Amino acid sequence: MRKIFTFIMLGGLLVVLLSSISELPPMGNGDNPSFNEISEYYIDEGVEDTHAPNLITAIITDYRAFDTLGEATVLFTGIAAVVSLIGITHHSKNKEDEEDDLHG
Amino acid sequence: MNLNIDLIVNNINYIGAMILFVIGLYTVLTHPNLIKKVIGLNIMETAIFLFFVSIGYVQGAVAPIVNPETGEQMFVNPLPSAMILTGIVVAISITAFALSLIVKIHAAYGTIELDEIMKIRSVELDD
Amino acid sequence: MDDLFVRITTRMILPFIQIYGLYVIIHGHLSPGGAFSGGSIFAASIVLYTLAYGLKPGQKRLPHHISSKIETGGILFFILIGLIGVALGYTFLTNQEAGFPMGEIGRVLSAGLIPVVTFALGLKVMSTVVTLFHTMMEEE
Repeated sequence: MRKIFTFIMLGGLLVVLLSSISELPPMGNGDNPSFNEISEYYIDEGVEDTHAPNLITAIITDYRAFDTLGEATVLFTGIAAVVSLIGITHHSKNKEDEEDDLHG
Repeated sequence: MNLNIDLIVNNINYIGAMILFVIGLYTVLTHPNLIKKVIGLNIMETAIFLFFVSIGYVQGAVAPIVNPETGEQMFVNPLPSAMILTGIVVAISITAFALSLIVKIHAAYGTIELDEIMKIRSVELDD
Repeated sequence: MDDLFVRITTRMILPFIQIYGLYVIIHGHLSPGGAFSGGSIFAASIVLYTLAYGLKPGQKRLPHHISSKIETGGILFFILIGLIGVALGYTFLTNQEAGFPMGEIGRVLSAGLIPVVTFALGLKVMSTVVTLFHTMMEEE
């Protein structure tokens, strides 16, 4: 019963999402609002500014390098959280296991 | 009818992203297994990535890597791709953290089925 | 996994995966790829080694005390490179105006701080993915 109800609700959500397609700008059009002066600046001046032919690398490590620093911080925080959750309790258990292996 | 087929073919990336999003939301809402919920979350993230990258697509353009020998060319929008690179890393971190939390939940309750965990918790609360 | 074919094949293709990962990292500003994809490819080689040879030999390839130093060192190196710009009187992480040697377009050693930062970030991503995998595997 709950599954059927969820199915109907999500079907309604899908219809709403799909009906918004006719209002979106057409895909693959060079005049889309997403293709604004910022992108044009990156494409026109990126190589002169950074001397890197790969414009995506030019953006993520030069124009928006602070963003990439935050990205590295997120990665660091994630690994620190994982190790603090399951890393530390394990080491004591591991030593006991090794001792059991040695004695047994 | 002809116009409808044109609309579908031209916006196939948007339609795919929306269907993927609903599939991920369905998985998150209906499956009691926590790992399947994380998989559903990842499917939703993929849908958002597909939608965002499709926004920057330009018909007949090439990847934004400038080659001085070939001269003027149309490039796709580099900005959504660069932003999605950040999103992928955040998605990886979230998935790793969620999986480690699930490991801890399994150690505490002995199961990762959400309804069984709820049952155990309600019994504990009654006592 | 205790299989002779898997181990020998792993030993044969391991250097090629690592060379390809380093190539993707170092050529990040010239060709598709960069720190995150190249670091993931490099990490895949060590993950493959761990899968074929077991957890203990895999951890000897990248022990925890080295991987933690790589992670903290990578992010601190990034911040230090950014502070060079501040010390010279420009904003944080300035590239061309702060006087980094720009070089010729299309060469590996060009584009100022981009290859340096990409290399540090690539090593950091590699160590993070490997540590995640080893930590998750230890739990079993």
